[in-house]
Amino acid sequence: MGDSKTITIDKPILDVDKIRGDFPILSKEIGGKPLIYLDNGATTHKPLQVIERVRKFDSEEYGTVRRGSYRLCEHSTQLYEEARQKVADFLGAPTRQEIVFTSGTTQSINLVAHSFGRKFVNSGDEVIISNIEHHANIVPWQVLCDEKGAKLKVIPVADNGELIMEEYDKLLTNKTRVVAVNHVSNALGTINPVNEITRKAHAVGAKVLIDGAQSTPHMKVDVQDIDCDFYTFSGHKMYAPSGIGGMFGKMEVMETMPPYVTGGDMIMQVTLEKSTYAKPPARFEAGTPPISQVIGLGAAIDYLNSVGMDKIFEYEKSLLDYGTQLLNDIEGVRIIGNAKEKAAILSIYLEAAHPHDMITMLDQDGIALRGGHHCAQPTMIRFGVPATARASMAFYNKFSEIDALADSLRKVIKLFS
Amino acid sequence: MSYDNELYQQVILDHNRKPRNFHEMENPTNSCHGINPLCGDDITIYLKIDETEELIKDISFTGSGCAISKASTSLMTQFLKGKKIDESRLIFDEFHKMVLGEFDPEKQEHHLGKLTLFKGIREYPSRTKCASLAWHTMVGALDKKAEDISTE
Repeated sequence: MGDSKTITIDKPILDVDKIRGDFPILSKEIGGKPLIYLDNGATTHKPLQVIERVRKFDSEEYGTVRRGSYRLCEHSTQLYEEARQKVADFLGAPTRQEIVFTSGTTQSINLVAHSFGRKFVNSGDEVIISNIEHHANIVPWQVLCDEKGAKLKVIPVADNGELIMEEYDKLLTNKTRVVAVNHVSNALGTINPVNEITRKAHAVGAKVLIDGAQSTPHMKVDVQDIDCDFYTFSGHKMYAPSGIGGMFGKMEVMETMPPYVTGGDMIMQVTLEKSTYAKPPARFEAGTPPISQVIGLGAAIDYLNSVGMDKIFEYEKSLLDYGTQLLNDIEGVRIIGNAKEKAAILSIYLEAAHPHDMITMLDQDGIALRGGHHCAQPTMIRFGVPATARASMAFYNKFSEIDALADSLRKVIKLFS
Repeated sequence: MSYDNELYQQVILDHNRKPRNFHEMENPTNSCHGINPLCGDDITIYLKIDETEELIKDISFTGSGCAISKASTSLMTQFLKGKKIDESRLIFDEFHKMVLGEFDPEKQEHHLGKLTLFKGIREYPSRTKCASLAWHTMVGALDKKAEDISTE
Protein backbone atom coordinates (compact mmCIF):
# COMPACT_ATOMS: atom_id res chain seq x y z
CA MET A 1 0.00 0.00 0.00
CA GLY A 2 1.27 3.38 -0.92
CA ASP A 3 -0.37 5.04 2.02
CA SER A 4 2.21 5.62 4.70
CA LYS A 5 -0.36 6.53 7.32
CA THR A 6 -0.32 3.95 10.09
CA ILE A 7 -3.57 2.20 10.70
CA THR A 8 -4.36 1.94 14.37
CA ILE A 9 -6.30 -1.12 15.38
CA ASP A 10 -8.35 -0.87 18.52
CA LYS A 11 -6.30 -2.88 20.93
CA PRO A 12 -8.51 -4.84 23.30
CA ILE A 13 -8.18 -3.70 26.86
CA LEU A 14 -7.81 -7.26 28.14
CA ASP A 15 -7.17 -10.66 26.63
CA VAL A 16 -10.40 -12.09 28.00
CA ASP A 17 -10.03 -15.50 26.36
CA LYS A 18 -6.70 -15.95 28.07
CA ILE A 19 -8.15 -14.77 31.37
CA ARG A 20 -11.09 -17.19 31.06
CA GLY A 21 -8.60 -20.01 30.68
CA ASP A 22 -7.52 -19.29 34.25
CA PHE A 23 -11.03 -19.94 35.63
CA PRO A 24 -11.92 -23.64 35.33
CA ILE A 25 -15.60 -23.19 36.18
CA LEU A 26 -16.18 -20.84 33.26
CA SER A 27 -15.84 -23.71 30.81
CA LYS A 28 -18.55 -25.74 32.58
CA GLU A 29 -22.00 -26.34 31.20
CA ILE A 30 -25.25 -25.95 33.10
CA GLY A 31 -27.98 -28.24 31.80
CA GLY A 32 -26.15 -28.63 28.50
CA LYS A 33 -25.63 -24.88 27.98
CA PRO A 34 -22.37 -23.01 28.54
CA LEU A 35 -22.41 -21.26 31.90
CA ILE A 36 -22.82 -17.51 31.60
CA TYR A 37 -21.97 -16.26 35.04
CA LEU A 38 -23.32 -12.81 35.82
CA ASP A 39 -23.66 -12.98 39.60
CA ASN A 40 -20.25 -11.61 40.47
CA GLY A 41 -21.75 -9.13 42.89
CA ALA A 42 -22.79 -12.08 45.04
CA THR A 43 -19.60 -14.06 44.72
CA THR A 44 -16.80 -14.48 42.19
CA HIS A 45 -15.05 -17.55 40.87
CA LYS A 46 -11.47 -18.44 41.58
CA PRO A 47 -8.61 -18.60 39.11
CA LEU A 48 -6.26 -21.59 39.07
CA GLN A 49 -3.59 -19.36 40.56
CA VAL A 50 -5.68 -19.11 43.75
CA ILE A 51 -6.90 -22.71 43.72
CA GLU A 52 -3.38 -24.05 43.17
CA ARG A 53 -1.77 -21.76 45.72
CA VAL A 54 -4.19 -22.92 48.43
CA ARG A 55 -3.73 -26.55 47.39
CA LYS A 56 0.05 -26.24 47.59
CA PHE A 57 -0.12 -24.46 50.91
CA ASP A 58 -2.43 -27.09 52.40
CA SER A 59 -0.39 -29.98 51.01
CA GLU A 60 3.10 -28.74 51.73
CA GLU A 61 3.23 -25.71 53.98
CA TYR A 62 0.26 -25.58 56.34
CA GLY A 63 0.86 -24.80 59.97
CA THR A 64 -0.74 -22.63 62.61
CA VAL A 65 0.23 -18.98 62.86
CA ARG A 66 1.75 -16.92 65.67
CA ARG A 67 1.61 -19.81 68.14
CA GLY A 68 4.88 -21.68 67.98
CA SER A 69 8.50 -21.39 67.12
CA TYR A 70 8.92 -24.54 65.07
CA ARG A 71 9.69 -24.01 61.42
CA LEU A 72 6.35 -25.02 59.94
CA CYS A 73 4.61 -22.48 62.13
CA GLU A 74 7.22 -19.80 61.45
CA HIS A 75 6.84 -20.32 57.73
CA SER A 76 3.05 -20.25 57.88
CA THR A 77 3.13 -17.09 60.00
CA GLN A 78 5.46 -15.45 57.52
CA LEU A 79 3.17 -16.25 54.58
CA TYR A 80 0.16 -15.08 56.59
CA GLU A 81 1.80 -11.74 57.32
CA GLU A 82 2.97 -11.41 53.72
CA ALA A 83 -0.68 -11.75 52.68
CA ARG A 84 -1.53 -8.96 55.11
CA GLN A 85 1.10 -6.80 53.44
CA LYS A 86 -0.42 -7.60 50.05
CA VAL A 87 -3.82 -6.42 51.28
CA ALA A 88 -2.27 -3.26 52.72
CA ASP A 89 -0.55 -2.48 49.41
CA PHE A 90 -3.71 -3.32 47.47
CA LEU A 91 -5.78 -0.85 49.50
CA GLY A 92 -3.04 1.78 49.76
CA ALA A 93 -2.83 1.42 53.55
CA PRO A 94 0.25 3.00 55.18
CA THR A 95 1.13 -0.12 57.22
CA ARG A 96 0.13 -3.76 57.27
CA GLN A 97 -0.72 -3.48 60.98
CA GLU A 98 -3.73 -1.45 59.88
CA ILE A 99 -5.23 -4.48 58.11
CA VAL A 100 -7.46 -6.73 60.23
CA PHE A 101 -8.54 -10.09 58.87
CA THR A 102 -12.19 -11.00 59.45
CA SER A 103 -14.61 -13.38 57.79
CA GLY A 104 -15.67 -10.58 55.46
CA THR A 105 -17.45 -7.27 55.18
CA THR A 106 -20.35 -8.27 57.42
CA GLN A 107 -18.06 -9.16 60.28
CA SER A 108 -15.89 -6.10 59.69
CA ILE A 109 -18.85 -3.74 59.98
CA ASN A 110 -20.11 -5.58 63.05
CA LEU A 111 -16.65 -5.24 64.55
CA VAL A 112 -16.65 -1.48 64.10
CA ALA A 113 -20.27 -1.08 65.24
CA HIS A 114 -19.69 -3.16 68.36
CA SER A 115 -16.22 -1.99 69.29
CA PHE A 116 -16.01 1.62 68.14
CA GLY A 117 -19.78 2.10 68.29
CA ARG A 118 -20.32 0.82 71.83
CA LYS A 119 -17.51 2.98 73.15
CA PHE A 120 -18.02 6.21 71.26
CA VAL A 121 -21.70 6.37 70.27
CA ASN A 122 -23.93 7.45 73.14
CA SER A 123 -27.49 8.53 73.81
CA GLY A 124 -28.47 11.44 71.58
CA ASP A 125 -25.59 10.85 69.16
CA GLU A 126 -26.17 10.24 65.48
CA VAL A 127 -25.08 7.68 62.90
CA ILE A 128 -25.53 8.35 59.19
CA ILE A 129 -25.98 5.67 56.53
CA SER A 130 -27.50 5.91 53.05
CA ASN A 131 -30.70 4.67 51.42
CA ILE A 132 -28.73 2.32 49.16
CA GLU A 133 -26.84 0.22 51.69
CA HIS A 134 -26.57 -3.54 51.92
CA HIS A 135 -28.32 -4.93 54.99
CA ALA A 136 -24.84 -5.58 56.43
CA ASN A 137 -24.33 -1.82 56.60
CA ILE A 138 -27.80 -1.11 57.99
CA VAL A 139 -28.65 -3.67 60.66
CA PRO A 140 -25.48 -3.36 62.82
CA TRP A 141 -26.08 0.39 63.07
CA GLN A 142 -29.78 -0.06 63.82
CA VAL A 143 -28.92 -2.44 66.65
CA LEU A 144 -26.29 -0.03 67.99
CA CYS A 145 -28.61 2.97 67.82
CA ASP A 146 -31.46 1.06 69.50
CA GLU A 147 -29.17 -0.04 72.27
CA LYS A 148 -27.65 3.39 72.83
CA GLY A 149 -30.64 5.61 72.21
CA ALA A 150 -28.79 7.13 69.27
CA LYS A 151 -30.41 8.32 66.06
CA LEU A 152 -29.91 6.65 62.68
CA LYS A 153 -30.12 9.12 59.80
CA VAL A 154 -30.28 8.24 56.14
CA ILE A 155 -28.85 10.02 53.09
CA PRO A 156 -31.61 9.94 50.46
CA VAL A 157 -31.03 8.79 46.91
CA ALA A 158 -32.14 10.47 43.70
CA ASP A 159 -34.10 8.71 40.94
CA ASN A 160 -30.91 8.02 38.99
CA GLY A 161 -29.39 6.15 41.94
CA GLU A 162 -27.01 8.89 43.12
CA LEU A 163 -26.90 10.05 46.72
CA ILE A 164 -28.34 13.53 47.22
CA MET A 165 -25.30 15.25 48.62
CA GLU A 166 -27.10 18.49 49.54
CA GLU A 167 -29.26 16.42 51.88
CA TYR A 168 -26.16 14.74 53.31
CA ASP A 169 -24.78 18.18 54.17
CA LYS A 170 -27.95 18.88 56.16
CA LEU A 171 -27.77 15.59 58.07
CA LEU A 172 -24.29 16.25 59.44
CA THR A 173 -24.22 17.81 62.90
CA ASN A 174 -21.81 17.99 65.79
CA LYS A 175 -23.63 14.93 67.16
CA THR A 176 -22.66 12.78 64.18
CA ARG A 177 -20.31 10.08 65.42
CA VAL A 178 -20.17 7.69 62.47
CA VAL A 179 -20.90 7.93 58.75
CA ALA A 180 -21.11 4.49 57.12
CA VAL A 181 -21.72 4.20 53.37
CA ASN A 182 -20.74 1.86 50.60
CA HIS A 183 -18.17 2.76 47.97
CA VAL A 184 -20.25 0.95 45.33
CA SER A 185 -23.92 0.04 45.77
CA ASN A 186 -24.43 -3.71 45.37
CA ALA A 187 -27.99 -3.26 44.16
CA LEU A 188 -27.54 -0.36 41.70
CA GLY A 189 -23.83 -0.10 40.97
CA THR A 190 -23.64 3.58 41.97
CA ILE A 191 -20.09 4.68 42.81
CA ASN A 192 -20.47 7.03 45.73
CA PRO A 193 -18.32 10.16 46.22
CA VAL A 194 -16.52 8.69 49.22
CA ASN A 195 -13.78 11.32 49.34
CA GLU A 196 -16.31 14.12 49.69
CA ILE A 197 -18.43 12.11 52.15
CA THR A 198 -15.35 11.48 54.29
CA ARG A 199 -14.08 15.05 54.18
CA LYS A 200 -17.43 16.45 55.26
CA ALA A 201 -17.86 13.88 58.03
CA HIS A 202 -14.40 14.65 59.38
CA ALA A 203 -15.26 18.34 59.37
CA VAL A 204 -17.88 17.66 62.07
CA GLY A 205 -15.63 15.23 63.93
CA ALA A 206 -17.29 11.99 62.81
CA LYS A 207 -15.49 8.80 61.88
CA VAL A 208 -16.10 7.20 58.49
CA LEU A 209 -16.58 3.58 57.49
CA ILE A 210 -16.62 2.73 53.80
CA ASP A 211 -18.10 -0.63 52.81
CA GLY A 212 -15.80 -1.70 49.99
CA ALA A 213 -17.33 -5.11 49.28
CA GLN A 214 -18.31 -4.11 45.74
CA SER A 215 -15.43 -1.77 44.94
CA THR A 216 -12.31 -3.75 45.85
CA PRO A 217 -12.83 -6.37 43.11
CA HIS A 218 -13.47 -3.82 40.37
CA MET A 219 -11.43 -0.65 40.84
CA LYS A 220 -8.26 0.75 42.32
CA VAL A 221 -8.81 1.74 45.95
CA ASP A 222 -6.60 4.10 47.94
CA VAL A 223 -7.67 4.41 51.55
CA GLN A 224 -5.17 7.20 52.19
CA ASP A 225 -6.62 9.22 49.36
CA ILE A 226 -10.17 8.64 50.62
CA ASP A 227 -8.90 9.32 54.16
CA CYS A 228 -11.63 7.08 55.66
CA ASP A 229 -11.17 5.60 59.11
CA PHE A 230 -12.36 2.10 58.15
CA TYR A 231 -12.57 0.34 54.81
CA THR A 232 -14.12 -3.14 54.67
CA PHE A 233 -13.91 -5.90 52.05
CA SER A 234 -14.83 -9.54 51.32
CA GLY A 235 -12.41 -12.02 49.77
CA HIS A 236 -14.99 -14.17 48.03
CA LYS A 237 -16.13 -11.19 45.97
CA MET A 238 -12.56 -10.62 44.76
CA TYR A 239 -11.67 -14.08 43.42
CA ALA A 240 -10.40 -15.37 46.76
CA PRO A 241 -11.82 -18.19 48.91
CA SER A 242 -14.97 -17.61 50.94
CA GLY A 243 -14.77 -17.08 54.68
CA ILE A 244 -12.02 -14.49 54.52
CA GLY A 245 -12.08 -10.72 54.23
CA GLY A 246 -11.13 -7.88 56.42
CA MET A 247 -10.79 -4.19 56.86
CA PHE A 248 -8.39 -1.32 56.91
CA GLY A 249 -8.58 0.70 60.10
CA LYS A 250 -6.49 3.75 60.92
CA MET A 251 -4.10 2.73 63.68
CA GLU A 252 -4.78 5.85 65.75
CA VAL A 253 -8.50 4.97 65.74
CA MET A 254 -8.15 1.23 66.23
CA GLU A 255 -5.85 1.80 69.22
CA THR A 256 -8.72 3.50 71.05
CA MET A 257 -11.08 0.58 70.44
CA PRO A 258 -11.86 -2.28 72.83
CA PRO A 259 -11.83 -5.88 71.60
CA TYR A 260 -14.91 -7.25 69.87
CA VAL A 261 -14.47 -11.03 69.90
CA THR A 262 -12.23 -12.14 72.76
CA GLY A 263 -10.11 -15.21 73.40
CA GLY A 264 -6.74 -16.51 72.32
CA ASP A 265 -4.25 -14.49 70.32
CA MET A 266 -5.81 -11.10 71.02
CA ILE A 267 -4.22 -10.73 74.42
CA MET A 268 -1.03 -9.31 75.85
CA GLN A 269 -1.28 -11.14 79.14
CA VAL A 270 -3.99 -13.11 80.90
CA THR A 271 -4.31 -13.87 84.60
CA LEU A 272 -7.45 -15.25 86.21
CA GLU A 273 -8.23 -11.74 87.47
CA LYS A 274 -7.49 -9.59 84.45
CA SER A 275 -6.36 -9.53 80.85
CA THR A 276 -4.53 -6.94 78.84
CA TYR A 277 -5.01 -6.75 75.13
CA ALA A 278 -2.67 -6.96 72.20
CA LYS A 279 -2.24 -4.03 69.83
CA PRO A 280 -4.24 -3.99 66.60
CA PRO A 281 -4.56 -5.91 64.38
CA ALA A 282 -4.09 -8.90 66.74
CA ARG A 283 -6.55 -7.34 69.20
CA PHE A 284 -9.30 -7.98 66.67
CA GLU A 285 -8.20 -11.42 65.51
CA ALA A 286 -9.13 -13.73 68.38
CA GLY A 287 -8.84 -17.44 67.72
CA THR A 288 -7.06 -19.32 64.97
CA PRO A 289 -7.78 -17.47 61.73
CA PRO A 290 -8.75 -19.08 58.40
CA ILE A 291 -5.09 -19.50 57.45
CA SER A 292 -5.40 -21.20 54.06
CA GLN A 293 -8.04 -18.68 53.04
CA VAL A 294 -5.71 -15.80 53.90
CA ILE A 295 -3.03 -17.39 51.69
CA GLY A 296 -5.69 -17.67 48.96
CA LEU A 297 -6.60 -14.02 49.40
CA GLY A 298 -2.97 -13.05 48.92
CA ALA A 299 -2.85 -15.13 45.73
CA ALA A 300 -6.06 -13.47 44.49
CA ILE A 301 -4.53 -10.04 45.02
CA ASP A 302 -1.40 -11.12 43.13
CA TYR A 303 -3.70 -12.24 40.32
CA LEU A 304 -5.67 -8.99 40.27
CA ASN A 305 -2.41 -7.01 40.25
CA SER A 306 -1.11 -9.09 37.35
CA VAL A 307 -4.21 -8.19 35.32
CA GLY A 308 -4.18 -4.61 36.59
CA MET A 309 -7.00 -2.88 38.47
CA ASP A 310 -7.08 0.07 36.08
CA LYS A 311 -7.50 -2.26 33.11
CA ILE A 312 -10.14 -4.26 34.98
CA PHE A 313 -12.11 -1.09 35.68
CA GLU A 314 -11.78 0.14 32.11
CA TYR A 315 -12.83 -3.21 30.61
CA GLU A 316 -15.78 -3.68 32.97
CA LYS A 317 -16.88 -0.13 32.21
CA SER A 318 -16.94 -1.01 28.52
CA LEU A 319 -19.07 -4.07 29.34
CA LEU A 320 -21.41 -1.87 31.35
CA ASP A 321 -21.76 0.73 28.60
CA TYR A 322 -22.38 -1.99 26.04
CA GLY A 323 -24.96 -3.76 28.22
CA THR A 324 -26.72 -0.55 29.18
CA GLN A 325 -27.20 0.43 25.55
CA LEU A 326 -28.27 -3.06 24.53
CA LEU A 327 -30.84 -3.41 27.28
CA ASN A 328 -32.16 0.13 26.95
CA ASP A 329 -33.04 -0.73 23.35
CA ILE A 330 -35.33 -3.56 24.50
CA GLU A 331 -38.88 -2.41 25.02
CA GLY A 332 -40.18 -3.33 28.46
CA VAL A 333 -36.78 -3.34 30.17
CA ARG A 334 -36.20 -0.87 32.94
CA ILE A 335 -32.70 -0.44 34.36
CA ILE A 336 -32.82 0.70 37.97
CA GLY A 337 -29.90 2.98 38.79
CA ASN A 338 -28.29 5.14 36.15
CA ALA A 339 -25.69 7.03 38.12
CA LYS A 340 -23.04 8.87 36.13
CA GLU A 341 -20.33 7.08 38.09
CA LYS A 342 -21.28 3.45 38.02
CA ALA A 343 -19.72 0.02 38.39
CA ALA A 344 -20.62 -2.88 36.09
CA ILE A 345 -24.00 -3.74 37.61
CA LEU A 346 -27.29 -3.77 35.71
CA SER A 347 -30.33 -4.00 37.96
CA ILE A 348 -33.09 -5.09 35.62
CA TYR A 349 -36.83 -4.83 36.06
CA LEU A 350 -39.32 -6.12 33.51
CA GLU A 351 -42.90 -4.94 33.44
CA ALA A 352 -43.89 -8.27 31.89
CA ALA A 353 -42.40 -10.78 34.28
CA HIS A 354 -41.69 -11.11 37.98
CA PRO A 355 -37.90 -11.08 38.63
CA HIS A 356 -37.97 -14.65 39.94
CA ASP A 357 -39.72 -15.95 36.84
CA MET A 358 -37.14 -14.07 34.79
CA ILE A 359 -34.26 -15.65 36.74
CA THR A 360 -35.66 -19.15 36.39
CA MET A 361 -36.10 -18.65 32.65
CA LEU A 362 -32.60 -17.18 32.22
CA ASP A 363 -31.19 -20.10 34.17
CA GLN A 364 -32.65 -22.41 31.58
CA ASP A 365 -30.41 -20.62 29.06
CA GLY A 366 -27.40 -21.21 31.32
CA ILE A 367 -27.36 -17.60 32.52
CA ALA A 368 -26.74 -17.22 36.24
CA LEU A 369 -27.80 -13.98 37.80
CA ARG A 370 -29.49 -13.02 40.99
CA GLY A 371 -33.11 -12.09 41.39
CA GLY A 372 -34.33 -10.63 44.61
CA HIS A 373 -33.82 -7.66 46.85
CA HIS A 374 -30.03 -8.18 46.97
CA CYS A 375 -30.01 -7.73 50.74
CA ALA A 376 -30.95 -4.14 50.05
CA GLN A 377 -34.68 -4.00 50.74
CA PRO A 378 -34.70 -0.25 51.51
CA THR A 379 -33.22 0.33 48.03
CA MET A 380 -35.99 -1.74 46.42
CA ILE A 381 -38.65 0.11 48.42
CA ARG A 382 -37.16 3.44 47.37
CA PHE A 383 -37.42 2.52 43.69
CA GLY A 384 -40.88 0.97 44.08
CA VAL A 385 -40.01 -2.53 42.92
CA PRO A 386 -40.32 -5.80 44.90
CA ALA A 387 -37.10 -7.14 43.47
CA THR A 388 -34.83 -6.88 40.45
CA ALA A 389 -32.68 -9.23 38.43
CA ARG A 390 -29.08 -8.13 38.76
CA ALA A 391 -26.43 -8.74 36.17
CA SER A 392 -23.14 -8.03 37.93
CA MET A 393 -20.20 -8.32 35.58
CA ALA A 394 -16.56 -9.19 36.02
CA PHE A 395 -13.49 -8.87 33.82
CA TYR A 396 -13.88 -12.50 32.72
CA ASN A 397 -17.25 -11.80 31.13
CA LYS A 398 -17.44 -11.47 27.36
CA PHE A 399 -19.45 -9.07 25.26
CA SER A 400 -21.13 -12.10 23.67
CA GLU A 401 -22.45 -13.07 27.10
CA ILE A 402 -24.17 -9.71 27.35
CA ASP A 403 -25.67 -10.41 23.91
CA ALA A 404 -26.95 -13.73 25.24
CA LEU A 405 -28.49 -11.97 28.24
CA ALA A 406 -30.28 -9.54 25.94
CA ASP A 407 -31.53 -12.38 23.72
CA SER A 408 -32.87 -14.26 26.74
CA LEU A 409 -34.58 -11.17 28.10
CA ARG A 410 -36.30 -10.67 24.75
CA LYS A 411 -37.55 -14.25 24.94
CA VAL A 412 -38.85 -13.77 28.46
CA ILE A 413 -40.68 -10.59 27.49
CA LYS A 414 -42.19 -12.26 24.45
CA LEU A 415 -43.30 -15.30 26.42
CA PHE A 416 -44.85 -13.33 29.27
CA SER A 417 -46.48 -10.53 27.30
CA MET B 1 -40.24 -18.74 18.50
CA SER B 2 -40.29 -22.07 20.22
CA TYR B 3 -39.15 -22.18 23.76
CA ASP B 4 -38.54 -25.61 25.13
CA ASN B 5 -39.66 -25.08 28.65
CA GLU B 6 -40.97 -27.71 31.01
CA LEU B 7 -41.94 -25.22 33.66
CA TYR B 8 -43.29 -22.20 31.87
CA GLN B 9 -45.80 -24.02 29.69
CA GLN B 10 -48.56 -22.21 27.87
CA VAL B 11 -51.17 -23.21 30.46
CA ILE B 12 -49.12 -21.61 33.24
CA LEU B 13 -48.42 -18.50 31.17
CA ASP B 14 -52.09 -18.24 30.30
CA HIS B 15 -53.25 -18.52 33.91
CA ASN B 16 -50.62 -15.94 34.88
CA ARG B 17 -51.97 -13.53 32.28
CA LYS B 18 -55.63 -14.25 32.94
CA PRO B 19 -56.06 -15.77 36.38
CA ARG B 20 -59.41 -17.56 36.92
CA ASN B 21 -61.64 -17.03 39.96
CA PHE B 22 -59.56 -13.92 40.64
CA HIS B 23 -61.84 -11.81 42.79
CA GLU B 24 -62.82 -11.22 46.36
CA MET B 25 -65.76 -13.35 47.52
CA GLU B 26 -68.81 -11.94 49.22
CA ASN B 27 -69.62 -13.72 52.45
CA PRO B 28 -67.06 -16.51 52.30
CA THR B 29 -67.43 -19.22 54.95
CA ASN B 30 -63.65 -19.53 55.20
CA SER B 31 -60.67 -17.42 54.14
CA CYS B 32 -56.93 -17.30 54.73
CA HIS B 33 -54.01 -15.00 53.87
CA GLY B 34 -50.72 -16.50 52.69
CA ILE B 35 -47.32 -14.97 51.98
CA ASN B 36 -44.10 -16.21 50.40
CA PRO B 37 -41.33 -13.85 51.47
CA LEU B 38 -38.94 -15.11 48.77
CA CYS B 39 -40.89 -13.71 45.83
CA GLY B 40 -43.16 -11.42 47.79
CA ASP B 41 -46.14 -13.54 46.75
CA ASP B 42 -49.18 -12.45 48.71
CA ILE B 43 -52.55 -14.16 48.27
CA THR B 44 -55.90 -14.51 50.01
CA ILE B 45 -58.04 -17.59 49.41
CA TYR B 46 -61.82 -17.43 49.88
CA LEU B 47 -63.99 -20.52 50.29
CA LYS B 48 -67.69 -21.25 50.46
CA ILE B 49 -68.03 -24.60 52.18
CA ASP B 50 -71.18 -26.69 51.97
CA GLU B 51 -71.16 -28.28 55.40
CA THR B 52 -73.80 -30.91 54.71
CA GLU B 53 -72.24 -32.10 51.46
CA GLU B 54 -68.74 -31.53 52.87
CA LEU B 55 -67.54 -29.91 49.69
CA ILE B 56 -66.03 -26.71 48.34
CA LYS B 57 -69.00 -24.97 46.74
CA ASP B 58 -67.04 -21.93 45.63
CA ILE B 59 -63.43 -20.77 45.73
CA SER B 60 -61.70 -17.55 44.67
CA PHE B 61 -58.55 -15.57 45.36
CA THR B 62 -56.95 -12.14 45.30
CA GLY B 63 -53.34 -11.02 45.54
CA SER B 64 -50.13 -10.62 43.60
CA GLY B 65 -46.96 -12.55 42.96
CA CYS B 66 -44.79 -14.36 40.48
CA ALA B 67 -46.18 -16.31 37.53
CA ILE B 68 -45.77 -19.66 39.24
CA SER B 69 -47.72 -18.63 42.33
CA LYS B 70 -50.43 -16.87 40.37
CA ALA B 71 -50.92 -19.70 37.89
CA SER B 72 -50.78 -22.30 40.64
CA THR B 73 -53.48 -20.50 42.61
CA SER B 74 -55.64 -19.98 39.55
CA LEU B 75 -55.41 -23.63 38.49
CA MET B 76 -56.05 -24.79 42.03
CA THR B 77 -59.28 -22.81 42.27
CA GLN B 78 -60.49 -24.27 38.97
CA PHE B 79 -59.57 -27.76 40.07
CA LEU B 80 -61.06 -27.71 43.55
CA LYS B 81 -64.40 -26.06 42.82
CA GLY B 82 -67.06 -28.65 43.67
CA LYS B 83 -64.55 -31.13 45.13
CA LYS B 84 -65.13 -32.89 48.45
CA ILE B 85 -63.08 -31.54 51.35
CA ASP B 86 -61.44 -34.93 51.98
CA GLU B 87 -60.43 -35.20 48.35
CA SER B 88 -59.08 -31.64 48.36
CA ARG B 89 -56.85 -32.47 51.28
CA LEU B 90 -55.64 -35.60 49.50
CA ILE B 91 -54.86 -33.59 46.36
CA PHE B 92 -52.99 -31.04 48.49
CA ASP B 93 -50.89 -33.86 49.89
CA GLU B 94 -50.07 -35.26 46.46
CA PHE B 95 -49.34 -31.82 44.99
CA HIS B 96 -47.12 -30.85 47.88
CA LYS B 97 -45.13 -34.07 47.63
CA MET B 98 -44.90 -33.77 43.85
CA VAL B 99 -43.31 -30.30 43.89
CA LEU B 100 -40.86 -31.50 46.54
CA GLY B 101 -39.93 -34.43 44.31
CA GLU B 102 -41.28 -37.01 46.77
CA PHE B 103 -44.18 -38.12 44.58
CA ASP B 104 -43.95 -38.94 40.90
CA PRO B 105 -47.34 -38.79 39.14
CA GLU B 106 -45.82 -40.62 36.17
CA LYS B 107 -45.14 -43.67 38.29
CA GLN B 108 -47.76 -43.50 40.99
CA GLU B 109 -51.54 -43.33 40.92
CA HIS B 110 -52.68 -39.78 41.49
CA HIS B 111 -55.62 -37.40 41.54
CA LEU B 112 -53.81 -34.37 40.19
CA GLY B 113 -55.16 -34.12 36.66
CA LYS B 114 -53.42 -31.34 34.74
CA LEU B 115 -51.84 -30.02 37.92
CA THR B 116 -48.98 -32.40 37.11
CA LEU B 117 -47.65 -29.64 34.86
CA PHE B 118 -46.08 -28.14 37.97
CA LYS B 119 -43.82 -31.17 38.26
CA GLY B 120 -40.91 -29.28 36.68
CA ILE B 121 -40.68 -26.96 39.66
CA ARG B 122 -38.86 -29.62 41.68
CA GLU B 123 -35.75 -28.72 39.64
CA TYR B 124 -35.88 -25.38 41.43
CA PRO B 125 -36.18 -26.09 45.17
CA SER B 126 -36.22 -22.39 46.00
CA ARG B 127 -39.32 -21.94 43.81
CA THR B 128 -41.39 -24.86 45.12
CA LYS B 129 -42.83 -22.48 47.68
CA CYS B 130 -44.24 -20.35 44.87
CA ALA B 131 -46.24 -23.33 43.62
CA SER B 132 -47.36 -24.62 46.99
CA LEU B 133 -48.32 -21.32 48.64
CA ALA B 134 -51.88 -21.49 47.28
CA TRP B 135 -52.33 -24.99 48.59
CA HIS B 136 -51.02 -24.27 52.06
CA THR B 137 -53.25 -21.23 52.20
CA MET B 138 -56.27 -23.26 51.01
CA VAL B 139 -55.70 -25.80 53.80
CA GLY B 140 -55.27 -22.89 56.22
CA ALA B 141 -58.69 -21.66 55.10
CA LEU B 142 -60.24 -25.11 55.53
CA ASP B 143 -58.76 -25.28 59.02
CA LYS B 144 -59.97 -21.73 59.70
CA LYS B 145 -56.44 -20.61 60.62
CA ALA B 146 -56.60 -17.06 61.92
CA GLU B 147 -52.91 -16.22 61.45
CA ASP B 148 -51.15 -15.73 58.11
CA ILE B 149 -49.74 -18.75 56.34
CA SER B 150 -46.07 -18.23 55.45
CA THR B 151 -43.89 -20.50 53.36
CA GLU B 152 -40.89 -19.56 55.50
